Amino acid sequence: MINLVINGKPISVAEGTTIMNAAKAHNISIPNLCYLEGIHKIGSCRICVVEVKGAKTLQASCMTMAAEGMEVNTNSDKARKARKVLYELLLSDHSKDCLSCKRNQTCELQELGKTLGIEETRFEGAHSDHVIDTSVSITRDMSKCILCRRCVTVCNQVQGAGILNAQNRGFSTVIGPAMDLPLGTVNCVFCGQCTVVCPVGALKETDSIQSVWAALNDKNKRVVVQVAPAIRVALGDEFGFEPGTQVTGKLAAALRALGFNDVFDTNFAADLTIMEEGTELLGRIKSALTGEPAVLPMITSCSPGWIKHIEHTYPEHLDNLSSCKSPHTMLGALVKSYYAEKIGAKPQDLFVVSVMPCTAKKTEIARNEMKNDGVPNVDAVLTTRELASMIKEGGIDFKGLPDEEFDSPLGMSTGAADIFGMTGGVMEAALRTVYEIITGRELPFDGLHVTPIEGFDQVKEATVKLENVVDEYKFLEGVEVKVAVTSGVRGANILMDQIAKGESPYHFIEVMGCPGGCIMGGGQPRSSDPDVRTKRLKGILAEDEGKALRKSHTNPYVTEMYEQFLEHPNSHKSHDLLHTHYVKRGEFNELTDEEFVVDTLRSSKKLRVPIGSIPDYCPSGQSSNRKMHEDLESVKILALEAENTRVKKELDDALETVDLLKKVIVNNKKPK
Amino acid sequence: MSDKIAKCTGCTQKDEKKYGEIADIIDLYKDKEGSLIQILHLAQEVYGYLPLDVQKFIASSLQIPLSEVSGVITFYSFFSTTPRGEHTIRVCLGTACYVRGGKKLVERLQDILGIQIGETTEDAKFTFEIARCIGACGLAPAMMIDKVVYKQVNVNKLESIISKYYES
Ligand code: SF4
Ligand code: SF4
Ligand code: SF4
Ligand code: FES
Ligand code: FES
Repeated sequence: MINLVINGKPISVAEGTTIMNAAKAHNISIPNLCYLEGIHKIGSCRICVVEVKGAKTLQASCMTMAAEGMEVNTNSDKARKARKVLYELLLSDHSKDCLSCKRNQTCELQELGKTLGIEETRFEGAHSDHVIDTSVSITRDMSKCILCRRCVTVCNQVQGAGILNAQNRGFSTVIGPAMDLPLGTVNCVFCGQCTVVCPVGALKETDSIQSVWAALNDKNKRVVVQVAPAIRVALGDEFGFEPGTQVTGKLAAALRALGFNDVFDTNFAADLTIMEEGTELLGRIKSALTGEPAVLPMITSCSPGWIKHIEHTYPEHLDNLSSCKSPHTMLGALVKSYYAEKIGAKPQDLFVVSVMPCTAKKTEIARNEMKNDGVPNVDAVLTTRELASMIKEGGIDFKGLPDEEFDSPLGMSTGAADIFGMTGGVMEAALRTVYEIITGRELPFDGLHVTPIEGFDQVKEATVKLENVVDEYKFLEGVEVKVAVTSGVRGANILMDQIAKGESPYHFIEVMGCPGGCIMGGGQPRSSDPDVRTKRLKGILAEDEGKALRKSHTNPYVTEMYEQFLEHPNSHKSHDLLHTHYVKRGEFNELTDEEFVVDTLRSSKKLRVPIGSIPDYCPSGQSSNRKMHEDLESVKILALEAENTRVKKELDDALETVDLLKKVIVNNKKPK
Repeated sequence: MSDKIAKCTGCTQKDEKKYGEIADIIDLYKDKEGSLIQILHLAQEVYGYLPLDVQKFIASSLQIPLSEVSGVITFYSFFSTTPRGEHTIRVCLGTACYVRGGKKLVERLQDILGIQIGETTEDAKFTFEIARCIGACGLAPAMMIDKVVYKQVNVNKLESIISKYYES
């Protein structure tokens, strides 16, 4: 244990605790901005500075470790002033159009300003030349970027995708893909994880709200909505519910109140996916066992972020993917065929909206493969966050809504469909059905939960032995089915590299593009609760356990769908409507011409006033009290200090280059 | 992967040879410390500059993200992503030169050359850059063309200075 004093209060904490966390454990919160617990810690913003007795300069409390005998003052004059100046400097190169910003009132920069008690901005600084880059899924508005680099950490270290990095240097620094390439032209998987961690309005989903309102107000359209499993345990976050609260009933009611004509549930199609994918898997295993050509392991295909990743990175292994479309596009295809027929509507007159925890699904529905007879399966994808804003804009009192049900028949589902929302869920749902079909017995796991593949480890695996199988599946007697589950690009790469080397021991692999699965999707509400993942997971499991039917093949409406319309799993008709194929893209899109760009803009350059020339008068020309002038003096000094630190850092970088180049010259034996 | 890119850019045979050389450099350096900067440095020597296709080639050979490669290239002014001209003009905009009309030199040169700072003329004759103090403050404004320093430059003389480089 280490003993120190913070704000006069004696405190002991474990070794290796930062000053910030030591203070937090004792109910002293230190303002911060770039820091992100457990994920991102590079000390770039220096908002969290505190005064440490004996130290020459202020210390960034998110980086500095508590040490024995340390005396810390988090609220000294110097620390408070420095924070304010740093904050104001951030604002000097910020677009500040809060009133028309998507993050208005949910913005961490705004919140910080409030915490710091900022009432004026004294610097009108230079404005960088900003890019506003709109891809089908994600919009980057770099005029709002504060260079905290959380997105860089998430995209590179957490996801391992490596799309976003700092480009250029100093004042021209911009966070983005290589060489100013628009996001829609590179191998971004559109997972949206960067939009979840961005503290400001710089990274966000590309808006679909307007097109949905337009459809709702169009008398000639019948607007059908469906919701993914992970929405029901996350939407509540936006309305003050504890994370993980199941708000399924209110969700259905809210959608009806917004004016959607049919309120369906993607879960129905999740059950259907199990029938289609399970049949496909059995077919492949049978072929493999009887010596026919078959590609194994088979990999799930419900996560369009993952699909885009494999298309870019492992284009030679697309045959490993299940040919099933993702559940919401399956449902869309059925709405515009089966359901349209049933109600006597033309497919073009139906407008299908999917509410998804996912930003990648916005791009998915734009793909050519997600159309039947030229009509898109799904017309718009709203993220969970977008639905929440629509509910708020629509003036609906979410908390006060009664619990309602989804509409029949495409709204009915089993518990197996609910767990599609979490990592390991698709696999578990598949095993529940496949095992029972093969052996005639229930899956032999406690509560039907395949514990080895639950939880958040990077790669999880399980083996299920098939014994005493029913006659039809005699060829499977004694077979040990090996499965693996992962979520996030990084984990997927581990399993794909095995496949590429021909060393994969598995029959079936589940991959979801976001770490933790859809409950942590890139379109989900941003949460400050460190346990949000576990809480949402519990919500999903409770949803599953609360259902009378928990195995996809027992869904009576699915059975009916096959009897009345699709005939049987993997039938000709289901191949037509529910299955798809994939596109070889290549790491740099060199194998395709398809791009997902909506728009790219460059904001005009604004006048640059260097920080060194802060005027001696109040720029607003209004409040001219003396205190302000005195303040400005000290502010100028602080600003110059800050500038100094920046220049020093640049110098260090330059020296580093010189060093490296020296080395280059020394061992430079250029090969001829 | 590497052959694919070298081919798909529709490059000339001469280019293919350069890519080959870059591939050799990568093989030689890839396991050494600080290798990315070394490789970029040598690749620039071979290719003259580091356009996107060369960056892609290096990124996929080293199996690192393209955004990281371009991040390093754009961070250090030493690297160039556009072709360089035969001669490099650097106008000093250090404090002394700035006050004594360095800015005017820049404006006039932009007119004469028809390009902006950081660009290269279409005939590949000149690359136009800015410098921070080239040690001739006493005789400001100053500029350099390659290794030759021009002191107390008169805006009106610029044209004749430039035209000399077309004569030889
Ligand atoms: S990002 Fe935040 S501070 Fe910036 S304009 Fe938007 S709401 Fe305002
Ligand atoms: S969407 Fe995902 S892959 Fe794309 S930039 Fe953001 S974090 Fe990286
Ligand atoms: S885009 Fe957002 S997360 Fe990324 S550096 Fe800028 S402010 Fe930070
Ligand atoms: S929060 Fe500590 S440096 Fe940004
Ligand atoms: S400022 Fe131009 S030479 Fe020193």
